[in-house]
Amino acid sequence: MSTSTTKSSRPLSPHLQIYKLTWTMVMSIIHRVTGAGLYFGTLLLAWWLVSAAIGPGAFATAKAVFGSFLGRLVLFGFTWALFHHMIGGVRHFIWDLGRGFGEAERFLLAKITLGGSLALTILTWIVAYAAN
Amino acid sequence: MVQLTLPKNSQLTEGKVWPKPAGATNLREYRVYRWNPDDGRNPRVDTYFVDMDDCGPMILDGLLYIKNKIDPTLTFRRSCREGICGSCAMNIDGANTLACTKGADEVKGPIAIYPLPHMPVIKDLVPDLTQFYAQHRSIEPWLQTTTAAPQKEWKQSREDREKLDGLYECILCACCSTSCPSYWWNGDRYLGPAVLLQAYRWLIDSRDEATGERLDNLEDPFRLYRCHTIMNCANVCPKGLNPAKAIAEIKKMMVARQV
Repeated sequence: MSTSTTKSSRPLSPHLQIYKLTWTMVMSIIHRVTGAGLYFGTLLLAWWLVSAAIGPGAFATAKAVFGSFLGRLVLFGFTWALFHHMIGGVRHFIWDLGRGFGEAERFLLAKITLGGSLALTILTWIVAYAAN
Repeated sequence: MVQLTLPKNSQLTEGKVWPKPAGATNLREYRVYRWNPDDGRNPRVDTYFVDMDDCGPMILDGLLYIKNKIDPTLTFRRSCREGICGSCAMNIDGANTLACTKGADEVKGPIAIYPLPHMPVIKDLVPDLTQFYAQHRSIEPWLQTTTAAPQKEWKQSREDREKLDGLYECILCACCSTSCPSYWWNGDRYLGPAVLLQAYRWLIDSRDEATGERLDNLEDPFRLYRCHTIMNCANVCPKGLNPAKAIAEIKKMMVARQV
């Protein structure tokens, strides 16, 4: 081995830069992202509850923020993150039982998680608007 | 540790476009990762044109065509050319596989070839697998017994032997481990899918008597539990094995022995 090939000088082969995304890989990433998003969403929920405890003035402010277009958009995203992470959790539970690892099964589970979370989110909002 | 970008010395540059073979009409474009330890430059991607009328159908045939007829300095590992030695594992068209069993016709457009991802490169398509082999050694991949050795062989029922199907076929090509983002970020401590599949192969061998010790060795937040079921391993295994499932079975064994 020549002196120029010491271990420290060796390049690292490309990874994310060249790897083709797969369904299961993307779902794993989204599971992480939605999980992090839930921390943020829970803060919003806490704010809403605390404002209700403080009094009518604070509650009205919170209500105005959540009721605005931007507020609703954030809440819509939170709803989706919640459903996506929840179904993802069920998917992980299935895997913990040692099931759902076959090629067709794991792609089906990925698609159910995405489709299911979107469907439940839209359904929830339709119900919410209809009840309003 | 998670580092999404490549270190400075590893960033890719555009390489040379090699001349097309004279008189050829049926050309395929190959874009191949090159790194020469002796020229002090960053890795680059060279472009070659392979005459498919003068070349076998597999990606490995294309690489051999390049090495034999265009650029003899192109360096890669290969041996059996029939998917049993695991030497020609590399990243082709964005996924890890064996160059010898992947057909050029399975790839649309230019054929992009890189070394196995997130590994130190020795030269061109040759990664340093030292750590991968050391990790394999760490799970002690051999039969361990305490009872006296039988007169002849260690016997096993047909049913128990069948439990090794889907495990013993692993050729340790490292396609799965180097497809795993968890192994990319924590490969120094996480054993990775290939080695864990091998660990499971010995854990469920009815003849092995070191199951407890083997599980003790894996009971670690990193060695086993960095598997987050991303499933790239199962998606790429060129032998059609399912390391993710094997890892899930180990996790189940961990729970089972607690209750």
